[in-house]
Amino acid sequence: MNILVCISKTPDTTAKIAFTEGNTKFDENGVQWIINPYDEWYSLVRAIEIKEKDPTTNIHLITVGGPEVEPIIRKALALGGDEAIRVNSNSNDSYVIAQQIGAIAKQGSYDLIMTGKETIDYNSACIGSMLSAILDLPFVSLANHLELNGNSATIIREIEGGEETNEVTLPMIISCQKGMAEQRIPNMRGIMAARTKPLKIVEPIATNAHTSIKEFSLPPAKTGVKLIAPDQMDELVKLLKEEAQVI
Amino acid sequence: MVLIYIDHSEKEIKKSSHEAISYGAAIAKQLGCSAEALILGTVNDDLTALGKLGASKVHQLNNESLNNFDAKVYASLIATIATHLNAEVIVFAHNINGKAIAPAVAVKLDAGIVTGACSLPNLQNGFEVTKTVFSGKAFASIKIETPKKVIAINQNSFGIQNHELTATLLEMNLPIPPASVKVTHVNKIVGEIPLTEANLVVSGGRGLKGPENWGILLDLAKALGAATACSRPVSDSDWRPHHEHVGQTGIQIAPNLYIAIGISGAIQHLAGVNRSKTIVVINKDPEAPFFKAGDYGVVGDAFEVVPALTAAILKMKHNE
Repeated sequence: MNILVCISKTPDTTAKIAFTEGNTKFDENGVQWIINPYDEWYSLVRAIEIKEKDPTTNIHLITVGGPEVEPIIRKALALGGDEAIRVNSNSNDSYVIAQQIGAIAKQGSYDLIMTGKETIDYNSACIGSMLSAILDLPFVSLANHLELNGNSATIIREIEGGEETNEVTLPMIISCQKGMAEQRIPNMRGIMAARTKPLKIVEPIATNAHTSIKEFSLPPAKTGVKLIAPDQMDELVKLLKEEAQVI
Repeated sequence: MVLIYIDHSEKEIKKSSHEAISYGAAIAKQLGCSAEALILGTVNDDLTALGKLGASKVHQLNNESLNNFDAKVYASLIATIATHLNAEVIVFAHNINGKAIAPAVAVKLDAGIVTGACSLPNLQNGFEVTKTVFSGKAFASIKIETPKKVIAINQNSFGIQNHELTATLLEMNLPIPPASVKVTHVNKIVGEIPLTEANLVVSGGRGLKGPENWGILLDLAKALGAATACSRPVSDSDWRPHHEHVGQTGIQIAPNLYIAIGISGAIQHLAGVNRSKTIVVINKDPEAPFFKAGDYGVVGDAFEVVPALTAAILKMKHNE
């Protein structure tokens, strides 16, 4: 079993969100970078669990980014990836990133390509779906359960107001979310081993971005909370009905 | 032409697709072209009534075998139809199925895509669409550089607009590609309002002290006709199911009303709910950070405040 796990770096969940250069760039000053939680906690850890059950499994990691992504990819190797590829491109256009991953995926013979459900910075949720078009493979999104039986996968995915069980023949692409696995912390042995695991740097293929970010903005601040005494719930209902007009 | 993809399940069109039609119709008006809807599979809804939302035509691939969602098959059919109909802009709801297929359709059409859109395009310098980023903590204006465009619109961000149209129903006939996904089981929680489709949401945190205390919250939700949600610690402790977890690593919602009970308001939680139109915070700690993000606040014991609020709502409904 060959698994390709897509890894993205994102700001820490508590990072201050601010912008520079006339609000055209995210202010990275003082920002702690982490592995995108969906990529790490659910997709990567589930791949590691699969390898623990079947040690012949190979877990390849792929990331698209500059040299600053390397601590992140080393951490993913410490958790349990076997080897990693970094495509040396700094694009934030989903199409360009998916094309880079697609080009690498075409060179390997991967049974399963795994992503997180989205990144917590751009929230685009594009890469898995785009890869399905680039590689012409089945795609199941928002999965919270995955079992492999030979060359087929049983997946539970979220639907509005419930869940659906899907059977898919490998190879396929899956996007993972909460429920798929539990967060792990790398141990010292893993951290030591990660130092010598192969990390290959590949130059990007030529492809044109389809989009560009023109400007960032922050939501308007709330004007202040209106406090209602605990024994005045009729008043709160009246405000919700007449002032806010939401009920 | 603006083509709007209509998502459905169990023979019913999803609310988020109603909003997508109105949004697509507004873009069509900006561009001076027609807004047409596309549906794969069969539903019980009257499709000509989609004119009221702004669609002048509804194209239907009327085939029961499409009633099970299959991202690969759907994306392939939508791209083929969009090309055949010469659609300039293809609109999806940014809901569960929309997220699975819109990016694939964009790749097949060589179109730039913005997902999680929350505004109409700005056409002054090309075609720019604002989307939410950093899990709702900020917005980004994205320029689509390609002739064809795909937009997935955030739920509850545009609303529904009334049009005086009756849509013409046009049935299509296309070969259906072989299924890539077999749906073996569907488990719908009966009688529960799906969180992402809900206008009203009642949500609980650790302040409720344990799963056995959720009754007061469920009573309030029932009185309002609201969906229920929870904070991350609550779902991590298995007090409530994972699919109720809202926040940065759960789901992000934007209902008209979000009532937060016993939730302190950590930045990660706020990221999932701060696009709600109105936020009510009920917390006994007046220093809880959530009050800074709220519109209405009640400093008090949830076990007294929540039943009183439920009673007040039932009284109001009774008097109507």
